[in-house]
Amino acid sequence: MEPILDVQGLDKSFGSVVAAADISVAVARDEIVGIIGANGAGKTTFVNMVTGYIKPSRGAIRFGGRDITGLPPRSIINAGISRSFQVPQLFATVTAFDNVLIALGIAQDGRFPVWRPLRRADLVELTTQILERFGIAGHRHQLAGKVSQGVRKLIDIAMATVHRPQLLLLDEPTSGVSVEEKFAIMDVVVAALREQKVTILFVEHDMEIVARFATRLLAFYEGTIVADDVPQRVIADPQVRRYIIGERYRHGAHA
Amino acid sequence: MSSDRTIAGLCVVAVALAVAGFFVPAWMVFIGVISLAKGLVVLGLMVLWRTGLVSFGQSLYYALGAYAVGLAHLYWGLTDAFVGVLLGVAVAGFGSFVIGFLLARYRDLFFAMLSLAFAMILYGVLVKSEALGSTDGFVISVPTFAGYAPGADTAQAVLLAFTAAVVLASAYLIDRYQKSTAGHLTTAIRDNEIRVEYLGFSVRQAIHVKYVLAGILGGAGGALVAMAVGHIDPDMAYWTTAGEFVFVAILSGTASVAAPFFGSIIFEVLRSYAMQYAAHVWHMVLGVALLLIIMFLPDGLWSLFRKRARAH
Repeated sequence: MEPILDVQGLDKSFGSVVAAADISVAVARDEIVGIIGANGAGKTTFVNMVTGYIKPSRGAIRFGGRDITGLPPRSIINAGISRSFQVPQLFATVTAFDNVLIALGIAQDGRFPVWRPLRRADLVELTTQILERFGIAGHRHQLAGKVSQGVRKLIDIAMATVHRPQLLLLDEPTSGVSVEEKFAIMDVVVAALREQKVTILFVEHDMEIVARFATRLLAFYEGTIVADDVPQRVIADPQVRRYIIGERYRHGAHA
Repeated sequence: MSSDRTIAGLCVVAVALAVAGFFVPAWMVFIGVISLAKGLVVLGLMVLWRTGLVSFGQSLYYALGAYAVGLAHLYWGLTDAFVGVLLGVAVAGFGSFVIGFLLARYRDLFFAMLSLAFAMILYGVLVKSEALGSTDGFVISVPTFAGYAPGADTAQAVLLAFTAAVVLASAYLIDRYQKSTAGHLTTAIRDNEIRVEYLGFSVRQAIHVKYVLAGILGGAGGALVAMAVGHIDPDMAYWTTAGEFVFVAILSGTASVAAPFFGSIIFEVLRSYAMQYAAHVWHMVLGVALLLIIMFLPDGLWSLFRKRARAH
């Protein structure tokens, strides 16, 4: 079967710093791909290149057979790829409800949405459903800038799903969230996305999260993929343990 | 006050004004036309302002609208008010569409100063051009209305009724726009442009549309003022004129499409009385009024209604 995402020979340098070096990977539909790597290993650069935030210096990105290399974020979102952010990108001075409602309005009202009212019954209903699916309906009247980091993450991800993307890239969905909240957030997110049959790539530092939710794991090191396999094997890889997971996890694993 | 009630209220006020025009003294009618027409320009400013963009150059479109009417009269003998407003809207709309490609890339002070620069370029062109009347401008005759030429005593009253109709239509359309998805991209754009782009929408396009709407309203306002005053000159494009619109926008607040018209009427009345009773210090009177508004009603005069509505 044709991969949904096919990345070939992606390079990116910022001056003398190499952020991506010959990254090639193909992702099949319905996979949940975890991405691990130390800080500066090129994980976010990879997400940024796939979603059009930065252009690769070399290489090609194909999505569903279509070349999307170097397209601006807008075109990539409208092609069916969406993303969330390590630091949630919200409309901080409006409510959680309106964040999702505005996102839905943009997704549904075409290129020139100047006439149909945004606050109409079908969109309001759909927004309520989305908030419930992500377990944040209780925060609907709160300003997005005032809720906890965990709720912000969920709003951010919920907004990324309104286009019904085929592929969703989550950049550290549980970073900055308390240990107790991490699993709960991932449970909610993965359940909500599975319902929509979304293929997921997620960047994550927590090996327990990765081991539990990913069906496949990519390990990044110095801008390239050094391991690509089922999570158990990647986590057990001596090179990965040494350079990416580090001593702390090894002690923890043996404890 | 909900916006549906605002539109209903505006309907009542517009009809009342249109009728009253035939019964009240001429100077009141004149102030009515001028303040409603300038209110249109301020309504345009409000559309931009809600997104955090202040144009210090709306005098550009105000003057373009006025000169479209003036030149059509001068060279083609056109006097029809409907055609005049449509012409003003078309010229200002086209101008803002072209300039919008550049301005939609800028924010904050750069946006404000660039808009001012374009207005001053037009001012320079008008002052230097004999064919456009130079510093004196030129006179425009009394407008006609689809073939109907009102007598000298009722001309302004008919124009007031016509202006009220234009105001009503504009307020309804802008209210409708503000309720749409694009209309909600105001604080959203101020808060987070990256997110808007990552929802698949072009922030530049959103701002460009707002800029053109503001330009069109500016053109309509300029066309109506030209017809009411019967004379146009380059001062209409000058930065002090643009500053006056910003002044009225602060005075009015951005909470409702009715606010600019309310604020504009208060401003014109205040100015008329200040000029009459304090001819040498009227600027100071206006300055103090603005100071008091900013200190005690930072959301503009319209917030008086909202505060009362909340209290009940």
